[in-house]
Amino acid sequence: MKTTETFIGLANPSRPTDIRQATASKRSDGLESSDRKNAPMFRIVKYVLYDILQNRIVIGYTLFLLAVSFGVFNLSDAPTKGLVSLLNIALIVTPLVSIVFATIHFYNSYEFIELLAAQPIRRSVIVWSEFWGLTLALTMAVAVGMGLPIFLFTPNATGLSLLAAAIGLTVVFVSIAMLASVATRDKAKGIGVALLLWFFFSLLYDALLLFLMFSFADYPLEKAMLAFVSLNPIDLARVVVLLQMDISALMGYTGALFREFLGTGWGIAFAAAVLLLWAALPMWWAVRIFKRKDL
Amino acid sequence: MLESIRLTKSFGKMKALDGISVRMNAGQAISLVGPNGSGKTTFLKCLLGLVIPDSGDVTLNGEPVLGHWDYRRHIGYMPQIGRYPDNMRVGQLFDMVREIRRGTFSRVDDDLTRAYEVEKFENKTMRTLSGGTRQKVSACLAFLFDPDVLILDEPTAGLDPLASELLKEKVLAEKKKGKLVLVTSHILSDLEELTTDVMYIIEGKVQFYQPIEDLKARTGEDKLNRALAQVMKQNTAA
Repeated sequence: MKTTETFIGLANPSRPTDIRQATASKRSDGLESSDRKNAPMFRIVKYVLYDILQNRIVIGYTLFLLAVSFGVFNLSDAPTKGLVSLLNIALIVTPLVSIVFATIHFYNSYEFIELLAAQPIRRSVIVWSEFWGLTLALTMAVAVGMGLPIFLFTPNATGLSLLAAAIGLTVVFVSIAMLASVATRDKAKGIGVALLLWFFFSLLYDALLLFLMFSFADYPLEKAMLAFVSLNPIDLARVVVLLQMDISALMGYTGALFREFLGTGWGIAFAAAVLLLWAALPMWWAVRIFKRKDL
Repeated sequence: MLESIRLTKSFGKMKALDGISVRMNAGQAISLVGPNGSGKTTFLKCLLGLVIPDSGDVTLNGEPVLGHWDYRRHIGYMPQIGRYPDNMRVGQLFDMVREIRRGTFSRVDDDLTRAYEVEKFENKTMRTLSGGTRQKVSACLAFLFDPDVLILDEPTAGLDPLASELLKEKVLAEKKKGKLVLVTSHILSDLEELTTDVMYIIEGKVQFYQPIEDLKARTGEDKLNRALAQVMKQNTAA
């Protein structure tokens, strides 16, 4: 019920405001329900986006990505090699910048959020607007900063899969950032939690996985590995892009299994679905928390 | 018109609201008074849905409002400390609020905006405004959409005498139109001018809620501040 409401608002942001639902479901559990189906989400996203573009961090991020991507492509003798280097950078940098910037921006918009909360606007619309504003701004940065060089040097499926992975991770980590910032009231704590989550997904998780592999080296762990890799958005993105690069032969038996599953069209659809879940679930949870939050 | 039913709210161990049941009607102007931290602002925020009460209910014209959001179109709120996006210009802020509320109001009431000559500082960013000017902006926004209910949290604190007078005139005019006005303030002379009833809140409970005239008659004083002082003294003695 709740999620459908939010998604209705999401799917039809351009509906005219005058259509009102007279029948209001009455609830007293402190959750907001829909009195009016439409949402002024578009208008709010516009102001969130405007605010983000006013401070120049996103533009700086775009320029940084441009410089790094061009640098990597120019330094490597083959474009495919450049792509591998760019993959490693993308997997570290895009999640980090997305989660930190989104968290800081959310806390800095607290006044704006307070102002909106006293207006006739559904609370879920406020969170979703923040999410879309941040996602759009950061996706544009990645699309220009990495998309342009990739388009110039490696305009093929591999390049495209890398760009898609970077954009997917951006959306996922904005979503996780929203959860982190809604759940903690204190700004320093929120940013700390965001950094910790990034650290967990990019380093700690792999370390734990390696530890697991060595401890149970005598057992056939390939299928379990596939499951574990799917649970971490960064690992999943890495494997999917690497499989596109035809170097999975270097990954041994596990690599062959990955190739068999994730290398196919179904595998890519599965990976996309998992990333979508990683974007949707933290946001769903964030909206739930925000609806009960005291401002 | 606006009613709260056994409203309770705790922040950790502290009980901010402890079963507040009051009925407020159109045409009433109610002063909320009580010591600092007695729960006045929390009560107002519960009416607005900014703070979610632990239990109890709030109704507007008989309709429960907790969990709803559309009813806020009927409420104009002036917060105690108006906080706005730093980089936004005053003019942009007004445009934005109007745009967001498009379709939820029938009339724009810019009496106060004109009285405060907002156009003179509409190109300044919110960050550069003084506390008083910011209060003016808050006041203008509260009245802008001609709402039926006005919730003013310490409206005159920080305003210069002229701005304060203009605001009071506006409140009186709105009261005459039959709106419900809720005001908290520590400046009792302001409240005496503006309001018809007084609600005394202490430790999250309503100690008394009655017309100012009745309170004066009960205490035998002719000034609100003296009458309240006497009641407070009796309370501490008891």
